[in-house]
Amino acid sequence: MSLLHLAILLPFLSAVLIPFLFKGFRNIHTGWFVLLVPLVLFIYFIQYLPLTSDGNTVTKTFEWIPSLGIDFTAHVDGLGLLFALLITGIGSLVVLYSIYYLAKEKEALHNFYVYLLMFMGAMLGVVLSDNLIVLYMFWEFTSISSFLLIGYWYDRERSRYGAQKSMLITVFGGLSMLGGIVLLYIMGGTFSIQELINMSESLITDPLFVPALLLILLGAFTKSAQFPFHIWLPDAMEAPTPVSAYLHSATMVKAGIYLVARMSPVFAESGLWLWLVAGFGIITLFWGSFNAVKQTDLKAILAYSTISQLGLIMSLLGLGAAALHYDQLDDNIYMIATIAAVFHLINHATFKGSLFMMVGIVDHETGTRDIRKLGGLVNLMPITFTIAIIGSFSMAGLPPFNGFLSKEMFLTGMLSVFELDLFNLSTWGVLFPVLAWIASVFTFVYSIKLVFKTFLGKPQFDKLPKKPHEAPIGMLISPIILVSLVIIFGFFPNLLSNSMIKPAVEAILPSLVDSGQTVDVNIYFWHGFTPELFMTIGIIAVGALLYATLAKWQGIYNRIPERFTLNGMYDAGLSLSEKGSLRLSNAYMTGFMRTYLVYIFSFFVAILLSTLLIKDGFAIDTTDLAPIEFYEVILAIILVASAVTVIFAKSRITSLIAVGAAGYTVALFFVLFRAPDLALTQLVIETVSVSLFLLCFYHFPRISRNIERIGFKLGNAVISVLVGLTITLISISSFSSRSFESISQYHIDNVYDLAAGGNMVNVILVDFRGFDTLFEIAVLAIAAMGIYAMIRYRAAGGKEE
Amino acid sequence: MLTTILYISLAVITLSMLGVLYRVIKGPTAPDRIIALDALGISLISIIAIFSALLRTSAFLEVILLFGILAFLGTVAFSKYLEKGVIIQRDRNE
Repeated sequence: MSLLHLAILLPFLSAVLIPFLFKGFRNIHTGWFVLLVPLVLFIYFIQYLPLTSDGNTVTKTFEWIPSLGIDFTAHVDGLGLLFALLITGIGSLVVLYSIYYLAKEKEALHNFYVYLLMFMGAMLGVVLSDNLIVLYMFWEFTSISSFLLIGYWYDRERSRYGAQKSMLITVFGGLSMLGGIVLLYIMGGTFSIQELINMSESLITDPLFVPALLLILLGAFTKSAQFPFHIWLPDAMEAPTPVSAYLHSATMVKAGIYLVARMSPVFAESGLWLWLVAGFGIITLFWGSFNAVKQTDLKAILAYSTISQLGLIMSLLGLGAAALHYDQLDDNIYMIATIAAVFHLINHATFKGSLFMMVGIVDHETGTRDIRKLGGLVNLMPITFTIAIIGSFSMAGLPPFNGFLSKEMFLTGMLSVFELDLFNLSTWGVLFPVLAWIASVFTFVYSIKLVFKTFLGKPQFDKLPKKPHEAPIGMLISPIILVSLVIIFGFFPNLLSNSMIKPAVEAILPSLVDSGQTVDVNIYFWHGFTPELFMTIGIIAVGALLYATLAKWQGIYNRIPERFTLNGMYDAGLSLSEKGSLRLSNAYMTGFMRTYLVYIFSFFVAILLSTLLIKDGFAIDTTDLAPIEFYEVILAIILVASAVTVIFAKSRITSLIAVGAAGYTVALFFVLFRAPDLALTQLVIETVSVSLFLLCFYHFPRISRNIERIGFKLGNAVISVLVGLTITLISISSFSSRSFESISQYHIDNVYDLAAGGNMVNVILVDFRGFDTLFEIAVLAIAAMGIYAMIRYRAAGGKEE
Repeated sequence: MLTTILYISLAVITLSMLGVLYRVIKGPTAPDRIIALDALGISLISIIAIFSALLRTSAFLEVILLFGILAFLGTVAFSKYLEKGVIIQRDRNE
């Protein structure tokens, strides 16, 4: 196990210590101890930067289950390192923020930090694992820890609802992904992503390729809150704000993005991939930004904004796959989509993290997140306001912040669709830039609304639960660092380009690097008078107009009835499936033994008869039959007569006697077929059991004792006839197709020589196969003790009789 | 010759069994049925004995003995039941 593995597992290992630290040092906020973990990891991972920016990768393997091909292989390349830095860097900031956000007196901090560290380790595992099964393991760890974190205030009903919803949706996706992983293993014979990438050309022709692609994408889409699986994210906002900032903006929701980026080299040659990833991305982008405008809760705005921005990154990753089809271009314009995706990924983590923290501050200092109660906070909270305005303007894509740069590149990427001439993109592809532009307008509107409604406008402090004031400095440090990054990346984007973006893009598009194209990341403000610039101007103009007239057109959101929203459908689907399963199980679990017997016998008949028919198994062969003697015929008639009497007898006592008669006739058969031991036993047993039946009959309650014959039911009759028929047919067939001699000759030859006995039946029972006898004795003993116990301890509650 | 006689006696016993069986089914009172069942058991004993002779084996003599015991026990148990209402009494001193 190398240092790299220890780094990934460090959060898990340190999580074990948290409860002790919490109990042992009550005076110190537990977060201070936790802060060390992501800081150390961040510094550790920074050291990999020079390595990956030169295009090198580091792979360390630790054997876990080598016989199944499951090894804990850590693979650090540009993409993995970018995510690792995001996770640890923003992790440090979030932990710092949470120290001031969560009070050590009131909150169960040990729970919080254990979950958070578990999540951090899981995320690191996801982004740094090369083995798909290990990746899946960490993936589920993120789902579980996210579930725990969303439900952190578990006494609130909404928290539990949100936690359950996110759990159901992400685990559904996770399981689909596992299916995809298994399919990939079947195709490629390995769980290693890097080896699969090398095989991608042979994989694409495999019939399992498309199912694997769909299943993997399902996992990625549910995790990254893509349409229509985005509905869990707004409900996950019941989590504490540091959790929302960390999980639901910067890291976990990007796990799906990571997966898509990571699997791109395997799948991206397929047109289906391009269409699905880009198409769902752009729909998510539009739908998220459209819905964000109507929200009144600050965190809900940010949640929908996150959804929409994730859709943006996803659609860029999808379109970036087009670059693979143009190997020969000197200046590959499609590569810009991938570059923009990676760049925006970083930008989004910075500004969205700061915005969530800003909202947390507002919530913390005013007591509400409702945008209708807020307003005019600018003079009271100037620093928070500055953070908010930088974050929002970056989110809206305004210069001079980093959001502007990635927005421009995004538009460039979307416009490049016009020049694509594959997968029918030339016809429907026009929707991409149009939807992208409309979504950007809505993005502008909600970004402006977020700042202006909260901080500007008329102060209405009497509506607020608390008297607002500026946050303590400790709470402000993290968002300030993040918005500084927003500005720094805005002015000096090329700080990132060679160190982080280029290696990441090379990891997403390895085949281009192989074919000799260089990834040239050069981000600059001024493009000249390009269509992108005019689109941005249009976004600002239309967006400002829409914001000014917001009150007039906001009504359209209420036109969509609750039932037809995705949340409504989810809730209805959930309750419908619950009711449906309840009704289903009530329908067949009647509680009557006779119904279950009908099921059992019907299946018995259906399975056996159909097998007999399909396999053409019926055979009849009369060569081996013995001659029939006349007394056998008579006995058989008596047997049948008593059986018929059992069924059609008018009273129970007659049935009972008929059962006894049948038993005795069987004993006579044993005599005829020369089985004296059997006959003896059968006689005694029959006598005993008939008297037991009589005993039962004697103790019947008066009312039911005189019930006349059983009523006739056609279904029962049909089933019983069919069962009899089945057994008869099978007996005849098995007798007719006997394939070898029985082994009884051995017993006949050796019964005296080896076992010193004359009675062969008894010798078999106690010598040749004595084990069976032993356990039949055990059965009888158990039955006897059971009867004794039932009679003796009849009284309820174990009271003795 | 012997075989023929055996078959004939078998048929006769079967006929007598049928008669007894009629009494078992029809028998107006319980004692009628019990006596009939006892007789049926004895007839069965003879059938088994004749079969042993037919099959030329002595392996079924135990069955005959057992049948005798069972028939006796059953009849006694039934009679006790009719007499006292129970078969096995709890209180021995009564």
